[in-house]
Amino acid sequence: MRHIVPPSVAALFFPLLLALTAPALAQAPVTKFNLPNGLEVVVIPDRRAPVVTHMIWYKVGAADETPGKSGLAHFLEHLMFKGTAKNPAGRFSQVVAEIGGQENAFTSNDYTGYYQRVPTEHLQSVMEFEADRMTGLVLTDDVVLPERDVVLEEQNQRVANNPGSRMGEQVDAALYLNHPYGKPVIGWRHEIEALNREDAIEFYKRFYGPNNAVLVIAGDVEVEALRKLVLATYGKVARRADFPARKRPQEPAQIVPRTLTLADPRVEQPSLSRSYLVPSFATAKKGESEALEVLAHILGSGSNSRLYQALVVDKRVATSAGAWYQSSGLDHTKFGVNGTPRPGVTLAQLEQDIDDVIAAVLASGVSAEELERTKSRLIAEAVYARDSQASLARWYGAALTTGSTVEDVQSWPERIKAVTAAQVQEAARDWLDKRRSVTGYLVKDAAAKVEKRS
Amino acid sequence: MMRRCSLFAAAVSALFSIVAPASAMTIERIVSPLGIEAWLVRDKSVPLVAMNYAFHGGSSQDTADKAGAANMAANMLDEGAGELDAKVFHERMESRAIELSFRVGRDYFHGSLKTLLEHRDEAFDLLRLALNAPRFDADAMERTRAQLISSLRRETTSPNSLASKRWWEAAFPDHPYGREGRGTLESVPAITADDLRGYVKRVFARNELKIAIVGDIDAATAGAMIDRAFGGLPAKNDLRAVVPVEPRGLGRRIVIDIDVPQAVVTFGGPGLARNDPDFMAGYIVNHILGGGSFSSRLYREVREKRGLAYGVSDSLVWFRSAAVSIGGTQTRAERTGDALAIIEQEAKRMAEEGPNAEELAKAKSYLKGSYALSLDTSTKIAAQLIQIQIDDLGIDYIKNRNSLIDAVTIADAKRAAKRLYGSGMLVTVAGRPKGVVSTQ
Repeated sequence: MRHIVPPSVAALFFPLLLALTAPALAQAPVTKFNLPNGLEVVVIPDRRAPVVTHMIWYKVGAADETPGKSGLAHFLEHLMFKGTAKNPAGRFSQVVAEIGGQENAFTSNDYTGYYQRVPTEHLQSVMEFEADRMTGLVLTDDVVLPERDVVLEEQNQRVANNPGSRMGEQVDAALYLNHPYGKPVIGWRHEIEALNREDAIEFYKRFYGPNNAVLVIAGDVEVEALRKLVLATYGKVARRADFPARKRPQEPAQIVPRTLTLADPRVEQPSLSRSYLVPSFATAKKGESEALEVLAHILGSGSNSRLYQALVVDKRVATSAGAWYQSSGLDHTKFGVNGTPRPGVTLAQLEQDIDDVIAAVLASGVSAEELERTKSRLIAEAVYARDSQASLARWYGAALTTGSTVEDVQSWPERIKAVTAAQVQEAARDWLDKRRSVTGYLVKDAAAKVEKRS
Repeated sequence: MMRRCSLFAAAVSALFSIVAPASAMTIERIVSPLGIEAWLVRDKSVPLVAMNYAFHGGSSQDTADKAGAANMAANMLDEGAGELDAKVFHERMESRAIELSFRVGRDYFHGSLKTLLEHRDEAFDLLRLALNAPRFDADAMERTRAQLISSLRRETTSPNSLASKRWWEAAFPDHPYGREGRGTLESVPAITADDLRGYVKRVFARNELKIAIVGDIDAATAGAMIDRAFGGLPAKNDLRAVVPVEPRGLGRRIVIDIDVPQAVVTFGGPGLARNDPDFMAGYIVNHILGGGSFSSRLYREVREKRGLAYGVSDSLVWFRSAAVSIGGTQTRAERTGDALAIIEQEAKRMAEEGPNAEELAKAKSYLKGSYALSLDTSTKIAAQLIQIQIDDLGIDYIKNRNSLIDAVTIADAKRAAKRLYGSGMLVTVAGRPKGVVSTQ
């Protein structure tokens, strides 16, 4: 994210940088069309309030970076606010501010997005600006170098200052033996420090253009009027030469469970987190990703989940325990479990209890009652999603830049409804295999009371 | 940490949202058969009902030795109620996708309910149980206590928590506003089920209850649902008085030593009460200095020009008995002194000169235009309507807001700037900032 929320709430926004899972809704009358220059356009009308969410998603993320240039996709995201030949630095943001709009941007492994939320009558204006910076970015060292310092401060804030985040980076790096998902989206610090203007411009020319982007517009719009507006703005941007296929180095067979321990004097509360390498919606066979979604919910979402009930309520060995699944990703993604022990409980004991819960699902599957309750909860998300044009826009954008279609998003409730108990058990057996996992232990470093840092 | 964050975020969003647009939106004042008032926005476009409500009486009702009791009560309301133990209660919620949330701010207890239309009755029944018959079972209580202690322990080495907590303590010593709403590692172990019952009994009452409902529900049904959830509560609350107070420590710097690469800074000073005639002027001035767009003075000077921080911002926060302006940034240790100097210099310059006419016009434009964005979902509308009720701005506030903004003159803005930033700041820094030392 480029912006800046009050520092204390910044963390809330961070997950967007990493992952978005994608429920959605069946009933919204979504329209999709393509421009002659290759731009894909998705329109999601919501006429309740006179506002519109305008998002442009580029099919490029951290996983598309050249080795040695980690953090470049995110750095360019920051630099996209530095002006064009037509609109000098700051003008776009000033206009957005003056009309009472909101704007921001975000980068993940697979996509980079920019958005404005504005009163409807200003939609054309932000479309003109956004179309202009699709190919018109101009950068000078005067703006690039201070912005690199900003990104380094962002890295401090998100990662260096936080032992849990540093551990998360290490777990990812260990999980992906060959695939670039192992690099942090924000980049490795020593590589961020070396990024420069030429890197950014080269990356921009390599990946930005109408035929590598998805425009998502949600809110107070009428499709035909909007189509004209899109043609009059984005339609004028010339198609670029074909972009390279997004073929990243794939993972070899994973054959060894990995563990790592991060010891830091500031850890007052030890914890354990494990990630398994699993299929995303894009790489899964039919029904498998949905089964993993249901599995993660039954295993570790909320206080009815298996892990919470066993570890927090019954055995009282943990203060928290959970599981999650990232369905969104062009390549294999992650399924995670985690727990925080109560005082006096070792991480080894906690891990044994987590493993027992997982083993029970592998051996005996899930109950009909769990399955129905979970499906109801997940499917309701699709209805709740319809209440927020901004959420809908994010779901469609993330889906269309990670190998899914509008139809995939719309069929999500039906696909969840179709998941069977047998599929859930099968997904657990196929994928919750420790040989495909990394377990991280975050512990207090009692020895290093005063740690030296540069 | 999260809870403090959500508190802070709530106050900030209130700032931005109070304004609403919504040409299309009609707010109806309804009174239930039992005489409970609520504001209703009927919206049939999505088959759901969202309700927010608030009771007067938040964490400032806690005594110092039992700090955190109100928060713990809020955490325990869905951990078993009436005949339902925690497990059954949660299963009922999940199987029908009913969302109930409870949290405490300093002055208010805030609750929300969200349900699909088809499970509306069950949702309001569960809420009635949670508010009228919470069990506070011993096992659930110990579980919740362990979770709270775990998170408080984690925060003892979080620079963000340290800087923020120390700021509030120094600004409001010996006052409930200076205390962490979730309590301390000393107070949380001492809280008993009777403390929670005492809080609920004194605070959950029909007077001073604010309610906003948005969704596919008519006035008669809404009235019936309100009575179902709230009708059984006592007529009147029984609150401890909270003494009005001004923030202290202006001009003071406090460094909290912790070995982290990036120092975390909290800064702030006096604010303006929500009913102060200068409030809107101050709100605009604050936006110009450090508000939430990419064009504030602090953003430009600290981030854009010098790359000193990823974020820097300042907000007005107001309670019933105090008001502050408070902001923060995070910056590497060797540049912390520079960043602080710039922030203090910009605040001083604002106090002395105020904004210029162009800045004032642009800020007004932003604040008027952005109202609609805070009212584009049912849950956001419900939250806004509660804030408007809490601030006692009247049911027409949304319509009137633009003219209140337009009425602010450059003289008003200069006067408000002086009141906000003319008496110095209290600054806390967690980390090892070079060249920044504690002062008295």
